[in-house]
Amino acid sequence: MAATAALPRDRRPVKWSTPLTYVLALAIAAVSIAPVLYVILGGFRTTGQIAADPASLPRPWVWATYANVLKQPTFWHELVNSTIIAVATTLGVVVLGVCAAFVLSRYQFRGREALYTYFTLGLLFPAAAGILPLYLLLRDLSLADTHLGVIIPQVAFQLPLTIVILRPFLAAFPAELEDAAYIDGASRLGFFWRILLPLSRPALVTVAVLAFVTSWNAFLLPLLVLQNESLHTLPLGVQNFSAEHSQDTAGILAFTSLAMMPALLFFSFAERQIVGGLQGAVKG
Amino acid sequence: MTATDRSAGLAGRASARPASPRPVHSGRAARTRRKWYEIIALTGPAAIVFTLFVLTPIVFAIYYSLYKWSGYGWPTEFRGLDNYIGPYGAFRDPIFLDGLRNNGIVIVGSLVIQGPLAIAIALLLNRRFRGRAVFRLLVFIPYVLAEVTVGIMWQLILQPSGTVDALLTDAGLGHLITGWLANLNVVLWTMLFILTWKYTGFALILFLAGLANIPDELTEAAAIDGASWWQIQRHITLPLLGPTIRIWMFLSMIGSLQLFDVVWVASTPAVRSLGASNTMATYMVDHGFNQREWGYGNAVAVILFVISFLAALLFQRFVLRRDIEGAQTRRAR
Repeated sequence: MAATAALPRDRRPVKWSTPLTYVLALAIAAVSIAPVLYVILGGFRTTGQIAADPASLPRPWVWATYANVLKQPTFWHELVNSTIIAVATTLGVVVLGVCAAFVLSRYQFRGREALYTYFTLGLLFPAAAGILPLYLLLRDLSLADTHLGVIIPQVAFQLPLTIVILRPFLAAFPAELEDAAYIDGASRLGFFWRILLPLSRPALVTVAVLAFVTSWNAFLLPLLVLQNESLHTLPLGVQNFSAEHSQDTAGILAFTSLAMMPALLFFSFAERQIVGGLQGAVKG
Repeated sequence: MTATDRSAGLAGRASARPASPRPVHSGRAARTRRKWYEIIALTGPAAIVFTLFVLTPIVFAIYYSLYKWSGYGWPTEFRGLDNYIGPYGAFRDPIFLDGLRNNGIVIVGSLVIQGPLAIAIALLLNRRFRGRAVFRLLVFIPYVLAEVTVGIMWQLILQPSGTVDALLTDAGLGHLITGWLANLNVVLWTMLFILTWKYTGFALILFLAGLANIPDELTEAAAIDGASWWQIQRHITLPLLGPTIRIWMFLSMIGSLQLFDVVWVASTPAVRSLGASNTMATYMVDHGFNQREWGYGNAVAVILFVISFLAALLFQRFVLRRDIEGAQTRRAR
């Protein structure tokens, strides 16, 4: 069932709808993106322009503000740091999550449901509740002020959701598929590696995208763990920049819009995966 | 679910081979051992990481919260429950109680505003019309942006004599202008507005996913029977969306309880410290991390944990009970 969720459900020709639908949809879309457009366009104005007329288009268009941000090594360092942390987190979550979900979905053993429930405990309370003792733990493990100190806890916090999404997906493959693999001489791990993993690609992409976006946007954990500015990620960078250049409204707007670009582009490409994956997760 | 019959089948095949040198039982024992090795090897890393970095900190929080501790060395000044209910305990600090109240307002406000709003938008965007995919993409954007980005963005838009003020003046509503982020009576509602803008998209993603799972045949049959669009939504779509709505309520509640990023960035420390916009989480970081009152901060963490856990269990017990089968959850961040 989950496997079909990613497929288009409806192949009938799409019709134009009533004008009212469009008016409402346009209004909603406008409210959603107007502030974002304001930030992007604001980066093309000078702080003087913004102060004189806070709500208007750039006149003339100024490219220097964006250019200045792009010339700052800090921005690029933070981009690299965010990428390292997000990619490593995603890899860790997917690898650990799919291994655990495989066992929890296709092995029969005493304590299986208990183990699954144990993992889902992580969904019952917010990550923030453990953040202070987590920081102390990381400090004692000498992981404070390292990228690993952000990556490993992020993997841990993302695991419950990942397992909850992957387990029904892996369980949905018919037993005949597994039996056929054994008859062909595959071991259980061979079945997992050669058959289940390739077939699970849609679900794996979904959990990967969710982990990536969550890590990319994370603020509280990096804020506590990464004191050293050279390790800072983009969300911390946005905050630093706005604190250090509080008079430079145009600069903050330019920095903020550049910082949100990767997430926006990534989302535009992955939207189908996110929505399709949640579709499978909402009703597996 | 399928594993047992298979091992039985394989064992049967092995015993059918007359030349098999090994007794059946040692083969089965070896397979069982191998199975357990695999189970441990594959779930072990996830279980260890999860235990160590998600659950263990909570246990330590309970321990630390019983001490007065600056965070260096091992805590030694045992204070019992003073950090909770002592004269300087969290429950005696009006600012913490303000934070607790603010969390409550955000929970209720989010449910009451985002829920109906997202349902309405989801029903609208669930109709088939040309360009629907583009609209869907656009309305999800606020949800994908980082909380920090959103906080800074609205801070700039709402700054004194900023864009919102200018627009209001142009619209002849200049008398409404106030310190959106500085007026102690207004700032929490500003936060609620920002959160609504940001998180309605999340409810929408879930609702649209839930709507997509409702078979077209049902609504088509109702339409053939003469039901109007409204009747179909009211009597078929909404009831079938029930489980999704309840899961969203749960996720929204947990998300509101740990509200931190937007408030931290968009409202100043001064406004927070007066209890106007602070939440349990910002209060915890302000005291525990920034002011090095680790014992006290951990007490706040424990309170946050207990409230969330109890709320989650009660919600699961009384609201989600009938949805647990087949329905899954996702944590909002």
